[in-house]
Amino acid sequence: MKQLAAKLISNKKVKGNYWHCVIDAPFIAKKASPGQFLNIKLSDSFDPLLRRPFSIHNCSAKKVEILYEVLGKGTQILSQKKPGETLDIIGPIGKGFDYKAGSGQIIVAGGMGVAPLVFLAKVLAKSKPRVFLGARTKEQILCAKELKALGLYVEVSTDDGTAGFKGKITELLRNNISSGMIYACGPKAMLKAVAEFSSGLKIPAQLSLEEHMSCAIGVCLGCVVKTKAGLKRVCKEGPVFNAADLIW
Amino acid sequence: MKNINLSIEIGKLKLKNPVLVCSGTFGYAEEFVDFIDLKKLGAIVTKTITLKPRIGNLPPRTCETPAGMLNSIGLENPGLEVFIKEKLPFLKKLGVPIILSIASEEEPQEFIELVTRLDKIEEVAAIELNISCPNVKGRKHLISQDPLATKEIVSEIREITKKTLITKLSPNVTSIVEIAQAAQDGGSDAVSLINTLSGMSIDVDKRIPKIASISAGLSGPAIRPVAVKMVWDTFNKIKIPIIGMGGIMDAASALEFIIAGASAVAIGTANFINPKVSEEIILGLKEYLERNKISNIKELVGSLKV
Ligand SMILES: Cc1cc2nc3c(=O)[nH]c(=O)nc-3n(C[C@H](O)[C@H](O)[C@H](O)COP(=O)(O)OP(=O)(O)OC[C@H]3O[C@@H](n4cnc5c(N)ncnc54)[C@H](O)[C@@H]3O)c2cc1C
Ligand SMILES: Cc1cc2nc3c(=O)[nH]c(=O)nc-3n(C[C@H](O)[C@H](O)[C@H](O)COP(=O)(O)O)c2cc1C
Repeated sequence: MKQLAAKLISNKKVKGNYWHCVIDAPFIAKKASPGQFLNIKLSDSFDPLLRRPFSIHNCSAKKVEILYEVLGKGTQILSQKKPGETLDIIGPIGKGFDYKAGSGQIIVAGGMGVAPLVFLAKVLAKSKPRVFLGARTKEQILCAKELKALGLYVEVSTDDGTAGFKGKITELLRNNISSGMIYACGPKAMLKAVAEFSSGLKIPAQLSLEEHMSCAIGVCLGCVVKTKAGLKRVCKEGPVFNAADLIW
Repeated sequence: MKNINLSIEIGKLKLKNPVLVCSGTFGYAEEFVDFIDLKKLGAIVTKTITLKPRIGNLPPRTCETPAGMLNSIGLENPGLEVFIKEKLPFLKKLGVPIILSIASEEEPQEFIELVTRLDKIEEVAAIELNISCPNVKGRKHLISQDPLATKEIVSEIREITKKTLITKLSPNVTSIVEIAQAAQDGGSDAVSLINTLSGMSIDVDKRIPKIASISAGLSGPAIRPVAVKMVWDTFNKIKIPIIGMGGIMDAASALEFIIAGASAVAIGTANFINPKVSEEIILGLKEYLERNKISNIKELVGSLKV
């Protein structure tokens, strides 16, 4: 992990409120593994005060990418940054996915939760993981094209039926999955449903969690979640946890 | 100017510079090796420990507020034994004075047991008595909200240790001066001002508190003017040194505290935003002294022109 000044290479709207950003950061690109994240300082004023965490969406030799949704002040400021500007970044942070090559890999993304899973899918591409993307509506389905371009099987579900299967992503999983290893990221309610689904089938699942972070380096003890072994820091022992270890 | 002297004394402690880090914002220092040369710090104040391990409060525990943040960690810590076994060895090797922050959970007597043990550990340079944590449930009042209770506990501890004692005070009081005097009367070598201010924040869409325990402690630049005034008020009324903290973000804000009367400063929330900020502040203080042709930082302490 390092704090460094990194140059923004590009920062473009994907669609709606979703943006994609490429950063020149060879140190991070070299060290990063799927599921890890960056903590980015977005303002020199005190508003917003704290850094903002973003998953590593993709990595190449010298560059890291993030995919983000403009939600509030911090992400608004990020979306206005121009190529050539410098970002103060800490990364790579956290414990990522414990992935193994081999058959039976299942990637499950809820909405924005696809961000870290594209990096994972790329690393696992040879094992041909099956990918399930869920969201409330079509506009929130991201990265389907990139994932298909990796030669992967991609299925989509939307709550309103505007794309793919109409219903919850766990229903789609129930129709398709009976064994394997699940890697998931998305909203809490969806992750909880995935945890229940995986424990019902007695198949392992790794979930990438989000909690409000103040330091993201393990000292403030703010971002804890309940596990069977006590409270654990999402920024240090996570963000990826075994579903079987979590208490909801 | 060549010979800038940044060194200061707090009780028996001699520090090479007046820049410390606040308890609870620096862990047990190991997390910062990737970011900062720890040896450069004046001293390190460790996350408050209690006699027994504490699991702390339920999440969510932190949120952002205008120019600040709220926290209600609830003094999560591994307890004295685990601290000694797992955290102290790293701290011992650093060669930087370690100020150990301690608190009692229910019985103030726990302080006595803690200090009795810590007194024997040579590398513990000083002890900070956290009698001001706002995030421990089941307590009606903080010790640091009562001058008599403050004096009593400080003097009991004074009797059993010769180590430098620092008492950390709460800003959630009518008169901080009275409490600081009580700590001085009890035999404290210094006071730390301030712990967090009591506050809360609400998610209006969900109509729920943003922090699970509802009430939490406010820190960051938002509280700086309150902290600076408390240092100034206290400086004129006590003889022991003050360690100033509350929203220090850079050298300029550290200087506010020193000019108001703090002999040393401690950096808290700013570590979360820029983990190498303390090093930058040490440099900034030096530059300020050079620019103003002041050779010794002590000349600046309480030098406010009024
Ligand atoms: C480990 C980790 C990885 C993340 N990865 C990504 C990513 O790859 N892409 C991405 O777009 N976002 C990601 N997030 C969430 C992202 O950090 C927040 O969306 C961002 O901090 C919002 O900042 P803001 O200033 O724009 O919004 P704020 O003004 O802080 O808040 C605006 C709104 O966003 C909501 N919000 C704030 N923080 C979060 C959060 N942590 N999770 C969910 N909602 C939040 C608030 O409740 C509020 O309604 C990640 C979070 C964590 C903890
Ligand atoms: C997340 C967090 C945890 C804290 N934990 C402690 C603690 O364990 N003991 C203590 O004495 N103060 C604790 N504090 C208070 C700080 O030491 C400091 O007094 C306060 O934050 C004001 O300084 P700042 O505005 O620079 O952060 C904590 C503060 C924060 C933000």
